[in-house]
Amino acid sequence: MSSLLQLNTDPDGWGAYGEKQRERVGFFTDTSICIGCKACEVACKEWNLVPEDGLEFTGESYDNTSELSANTWRHVAFVEQQHDGGMRWLMESDVCKHCTHAACLDVCPTGALFRTEYGTVVVQEDVCNGCGYCVPACPFGVLDKRHLPATTDPPPAFLGKKEDGRVWKCTLCYDRLKGGHEPACAKACPTKSIQFGPLDELRERADERLAKLQAGGVRDAQLYGRDPGDGVGGFGAFFLLLDDPEVYGLPPDPVVSTKRLPSMWANMAIAAGAVVAGIAATVLRP
Amino acid sequence: MQQDLANSDCIVIMGSNFAENHPVGFQWVMEARERGAEIIHIDPRFTRTSAMATKWVGIRAGSDIAFLGGVVNYILQNDLWFDEYVRHYTNAPVIINDGFVDAEELDGLFAGWDPEQGEYEATKWMYEGMEVHGSAGQREQGFKPTKGEASGHGGHGGGLHHGEPPSEDPDLSHPRCVFQILKRHYQRYTPELVAETCGCSVEDFISVCESLVRNSGRERTSAFAYAVGWTQHTVGVQYIRTAAIVQQLLGNIGRPGGGIMALRGHASIQGSTDIPTLYNILPGYIPMPHTEKYGNYKTYVRASSAPTGWWGHMDAYFVSLMKAYFGENATEENDWLFEKLPRIDDDNSAYWTLEQMLEGNVKGYIIAGENPAVGNANGKAHRLALAKLDWLVVRDLVEIESASFWYDSPEIETGELTTEKIPTEVFFMPGAAHTEKDGSFTNTQRLLQWHWQATEPKGDCRSELWFYFHLGRRIKQRLADSKEPRDELVKALRWEYPTHSQIQEPDAEAVLAEVNGFEIATRKFLSSYKELKPDGTTSCGCWIYCGVFADGINQAARKKPHWEQTYVAPEWAWAWPANRRILYNRASADPDGNPWSERKKYVWWNGQKWEGEDVPDFDEEKSPDYTPPDGAEAEDAIAGDHPFIMQADGRSWLFVPQGLEDGPLPTHYEPHESPFDNPLYAQRANPRRQQHTDAGWDPYNPVDGEGGADLYPHVFTTYRLTEHHTAGGMTRSVPYLAELQPAMFCEVSPELAAEEGLEHGGWATIYTTRAAIEARVLVTRRMKPLVVNGRTTHQIGLPYHWGSQLLTRGDSANDLMHAALDPNVHIMETKAATCGIRPGRRPRGKALVDFVAELREQAQSRRAQDPRVEPEKVRKT
Amino acid sequence: MALGDKIASWPVLRQLREGDPLGLGPSVQSPRSRTLKPRIDDAEHVVQSICPYCAVGCGQLVYVKDGDVTHIEGDPASPISRGRLCPKGQASKSYVQSPLREYKVKYRRPYGTTWEELDLDTAMDMIADRIVETRAATWQDETDGGCPANRTLAIGNLGGATLDNEENYLIKKLMTGLGIVQVENQARI
Repeated sequence: MSSLLQLNTDPDGWGAYGEKQRERVGFFTDTSICIGCKACEVACKEWNLVPEDGLEFTGESYDNTSELSANTWRHVAFVEQQHDGGMRWLMESDVCKHCTHAACLDVCPTGALFRTEYGTVVVQEDVCNGCGYCVPACPFGVLDKRHLPATTDPPPAFLGKKEDGRVWKCTLCYDRLKGGHEPACAKACPTKSIQFGPLDELRERADERLAKLQAGGVRDAQLYGRDPGDGVGGFGAFFLLLDDPEVYGLPPDPVVSTKRLPSMWANMAIAAGAVVAGIAATVLRP
Repeated sequence: MQQDLANSDCIVIMGSNFAENHPVGFQWVMEARERGAEIIHIDPRFTRTSAMATKWVGIRAGSDIAFLGGVVNYILQNDLWFDEYVRHYTNAPVIINDGFVDAEELDGLFAGWDPEQGEYEATKWMYEGMEVHGSAGQREQGFKPTKGEASGHGGHGGGLHHGEPPSEDPDLSHPRCVFQILKRHYQRYTPELVAETCGCSVEDFISVCESLVRNSGRERTSAFAYAVGWTQHTVGVQYIRTAAIVQQLLGNIGRPGGGIMALRGHASIQGSTDIPTLYNILPGYIPMPHTEKYGNYKTYVRASSAPTGWWGHMDAYFVSLMKAYFGENATEENDWLFEKLPRIDDDNSAYWTLEQMLEGNVKGYIIAGENPAVGNANGKAHRLALAKLDWLVVRDLVEIESASFWYDSPEIETGELTTEKIPTEVFFMPGAAHTEKDGSFTNTQRLLQWHWQATEPKGDCRSELWFYFHLGRRIKQRLADSKEPRDELVKALRWEYPTHSQIQEPDAEAVLAEVNGFEIATRKFLSSYKELKPDGTTSCGCWIYCGVFADGINQAARKKPHWEQTYVAPEWAWAWPANRRILYNRASADPDGNPWSERKKYVWWNGQKWEGEDVPDFDEEKSPDYTPPDGAEAEDAIAGDHPFIMQADGRSWLFVPQGLEDGPLPTHYEPHESPFDNPLYAQRANPRRQQHTDAGWDPYNPVDGEGGADLYPHVFTTYRLTEHHTAGGMTRSVPYLAELQPAMFCEVSPELAAEEGLEHGGWATIYTTRAAIEARVLVTRRMKPLVVNGRTTHQIGLPYHWGSQLLTRGDSANDLMHAALDPNVHIMETKAATCGIRPGRRPRGKALVDFVAELREQAQSRRAQDPRVEPEKVRKT
Repeated sequence: MALGDKIASWPVLRQLREGDPLGLGPSVQSPRSRTLKPRIDDAEHVVQSICPYCAVGCGQLVYVKDGDVTHIEGDPASPISRGRLCPKGQASKSYVQSPLREYKVKYRRPYGTTWEELDLDTAMDMIADRIVETRAATWQDETDGGCPANRTLAIGNLGGATLDNEENYLIKKLMTGLGIVQVENQARI
């Protein structure tokens, strides 16, 4: 079954929605027009009620957020460079990639992580028990447990009251999508560096944008995560970068860490199914 | 109009960090860039704006006039001006009095300088053969009422002959014509001088000139965008003037994609100037009566109006305002209560009040939505002043430093203030947020935009509308039976507004309706200031806002979506005056009334009338060939090919004959505190700048290589960050913003860090003769040492958002600043001063006071021993 | 939940039934996820507003439920902002509902060391009294030079750039009527 990964450009689990399936949507983050204002960070927090997580001066250029985490679902990276004999200040709003083949999804034992009808990957706060399997599975370090007192619905009792303990990340504003609204970050973005839309359309737009920039002499411009043939089957949220991914702190060649997992889970599911069928046969006997 | 920036072919952003401080407006700059426009950022720092620009030129803080004067010179020396525009639309051909002498001949001073008074006698700058008044600034400047003068103006009709000043040279060759004066004034502002003074390269400077010239003319337009990076200087008004000269020479005013965009920093700072909470003007830029300048009502009107142009109806604007203020109590017989109005002195501005407060002359102070303890220059003086008051009212949403100074200001820690010894009675009155009240803000493009109330304010929270209305009501009740002459005016004040809701909130629309005005007999709402009368039959609270409630409809609340109209969006909200979106837009057509080009067409003459994308800024039916008859007055005296209808001569002013305190032409002066001598003139800094030399509370660093200047060798500049707003009351109180910029920091170059031993991420102490503050160190290549006059100079960047209260706290950059001011507008020089820096945190407690004092005394004694130091001939205030 | 329903909702059964054998999609969708909707859809009303921070003048939509603001985002109709907001504008709800927001009048008596409570009405009366008294005690009919003055120089009013036009209008009108000339705002900074 692992060979499926090479063939299938559809997100795992998405096909199961049948009539309820919606067009796959995502983000195209064009860093060539990002002004580093962080409206996306704030819009995300305002909408999703993500907690403030510390008043720490980092000294990392204008970035005092440092990384994506349970409490930061959009993060603007600032990179100061000497470039062509002058100064260059790169800014990039990072976010969960909503991978076509998402390791986090594969390893989640509780079904808290799931593929939505929009092809996005969401952690369900009413299911997640904070086991943390997904945390090391993500090649981008996006998944993270919240070590803060719970702010929204109380967490499951067994987690204790001291901290939330669950995993939180970008939902691509799942609730807003269901209401027909675009995600909060994309809506706020003053220059439309963050664009939201059907993924196919975004990919086309990105190709045109890249061609325009390259024709204009922006040599190192490149798309990151646009290619469905890459190690995670392409991102649902991909980027136009002005330099190599590692310059922004992004892995240059991310690979889904669970390439072989689907077959393992499938086998387990079949085994479990047999057990359930047996139980059902017993219990439901008239 | 911000959207119009997208039509620009070249945008020069200077004195502004557009992307960081107006990010959403910046979308139009990005749109222009994507359409191929050149975006040039000229700034001491490489900021998020520079990162987005197609070109950044780093210059020394405080050297902008040298740079822009160089652009003027480049245009003039290389015959690159837009000739037809300049000849017809500017005052280039006008001949100036033969008494005028330029700064080139007087080593940095203009004719009329009075060293005793430290002021100019500005009549020396007047047009030959006539007297003109500016449309802004000190319009009454130079006016001297003579005893018994009742009516009649020496040169009524303004001395314009058929719309032209009497003395002109259409060839622009007369040695005293404005064009030739301009040429001589800037001839030494060569590319080499610019490079040496500003610390940029000759190539970079030339490239900016070329971009501007390449993108101006019939087919193309360039725009400037500035903010307080220009205004906050002791010669700030003249910074903007220099850009205005460039834009006039290149023909970029009144045209799409052109202009000079002022990027204002508060939601309604434009509105609070139009309907002023300012001492020197009444609504609509009508001068406040002055203790000495005017004898009576008639001389006041004469001094404040212009016989030609739209200021010719100043009496109608004033009388209608008095009717709005006092209703039937203002009559022709009592001169509309003019005699009872309070009088101002030359300067009753905020810093003058500060000084009066420190001297114990001010007893009570009301602060509404401002935080001077953090936001104003020389913060310590402000906090000490608050501690001298008898009573203080602070209105805000959160407890800002101006309310808490009595227990947590830095001076409590140093022992300079003791809580138990501070007499000030403090009332903290919680305010209502914008979502809790109806009202209008006037944005940076003169657009009045209504915001509707969403929820009721909670607890004791109240709007300013509520506070001042009910305060006025209470005061009037207390004085209702008074027989004192001083109470006559307040008793005459019309103070009845309908209220709603349980808290009795005044109806904001009723106030807007009063501002708009109505015909008194019929109560019919007025639709234009042209309907205002000087005979008491109309009432109008602000003439330039007349029309905002036309037909009884709140035009500011119009919210027609942009996709249902053109990019000019005339049905979104309402712009003053007359819903006009680009001012002086008659200049978008050539003298004959045809668009300069198809690409840049905006407003044009169709044979019968003016039409186009916008409300024409011209009498709709005045043809381009209209020549005023002799004796024509007001707007009728302006010719059909002169678009600048607020000016008495209908022309834009390259040379300003009246209205400025510090010269008719912008001249490079060094900042009040600068490590350098003026490379152009013996006069180092603006001679007319306001200083507080003898006051004690505002000491100054030695400058320009004087003894002691070496203790404060670096240049610093202060600014805002995207993540915060001004003095922080509206952002340090918000967790999501506080975490994004959680600490006061300083930005320094790696070279300065190495020189001073500063460690990235560590602490630094920055000091002037006034204060020492500490900040985290951000070492960055975005700060660049510059070579100025052959010497390397370092610049230090300091955001000014922090204070002792709220979620994120830190020292205030403004504590370092002095309060020397621009003479025209009394604004301080927070964009360029000198300082010292050393690694580590500042001393605490009394040791901090000693640290600052020791350095100051050392500096003063070194300065006193310096034989080169002469007492400067400057005005003392 | 009946035992039958319980079993029917068992993940593995759902996986199989819903064609989601790996349990990645609809079969693991939680009740919350199934019924999720954006909270702005529950708003009782939406108010068109303008951002209170800088002077760009971005349009805002303020969503209200049960007398409280539930969300603020950009107003797409605005020709200036086209629905976009910067971090400050986007944080407007958190500003309006700041944890530091004050809801009661606070009073510090002369030489006092703490804030005290004060009734709003009483505070208004006290402020009115202060103005009337200070003004009477410091009134100038004329300057020292004998020019008419009609004023007091002992009271000042600061602020206006963050306020509405209508508020600025009342401030200037009242202060002019009272002979208070030191009326100033952020235009000087």
